[in-house]
Amino acid sequence: MIRLTFEPFDPGALLTEFCRDRTEVGAVATFTGLARAEAGATTTLELEAYPGFTEAEIDKMIGRARVRFGLLDVLVLHRVGRIVPGEPIVFVATAAGHRRAAFEACDFLMDYLKSRAPFWKKEHGPDGERWIEPTAQDHADRERWT
Amino acid sequence: MARVLLFGPLRDLAGWREREIDSPFLSVLRARLAEEDAVLGAALGGPGVQVALDQVVVRGDAPLNARTEVAFLPPMSGG
Repeated sequence: MIRLTFEPFDPGALLTEFCRDRTEVGAVATFTGLARAEAGATTTLELEAYPGFTEAEIDKMIGRARVRFGLLDVLVLHRVGRIVPGEPIVFVATAAGHRRAAFEACDFLMDYLKSRAPFWKKEHGPDGERWIEPTAQDHADRERWT
Repeated sequence: MARVLLFGPLRDLAGWREREIDSPFLSVLRARLAEEDAVLGAALGGPGVQVALDQVVVRGDAPLNARTEVAFLPPMSGG
């Protein structure tokens, strides 16, 4: 499942809820991404999505991860709107029978989210504002899975 | 009237996010936008800019109906 939210979220509460009432899941891996201050250069991040389209594209990638790693469940929660340093931006949880699939699927989904997911990200700081594009490292990370 | 949406840097460049524009084809819509704003027109055809019609990415020209949602998607930042 993919959800976008304008509101801050609590990764611990999401993990507790995600693990509830599971009897066949032997492994849950999670990733939480936080907004960085970049030593004061970033005061706010602004993340824009295309409602409907963004969820559908991420959902396609979740479907691929489910098949490729044999996952039992996936949750992706992503912030949109204005985010301040220290706040969680993204939470990914993967559930599998055993740990390797859960770890790898979480890594796979984050590499996709960081390089290809339909978001437009702007950094605001004391020197003004600028649009951010994926780094060469982000693209190289995604290439590991092809 | 097609509903035209701009995202990310394209919205900043144009100074608008959403407009209704009457146009029978995507190519005609592009020409109209370029006529009004040459800088935007060039940016809409720039590298990595994709177009989605009713949330489906298309390549090349396509007919538009009265309620088509036309979204111009600049290179994505990721999350």
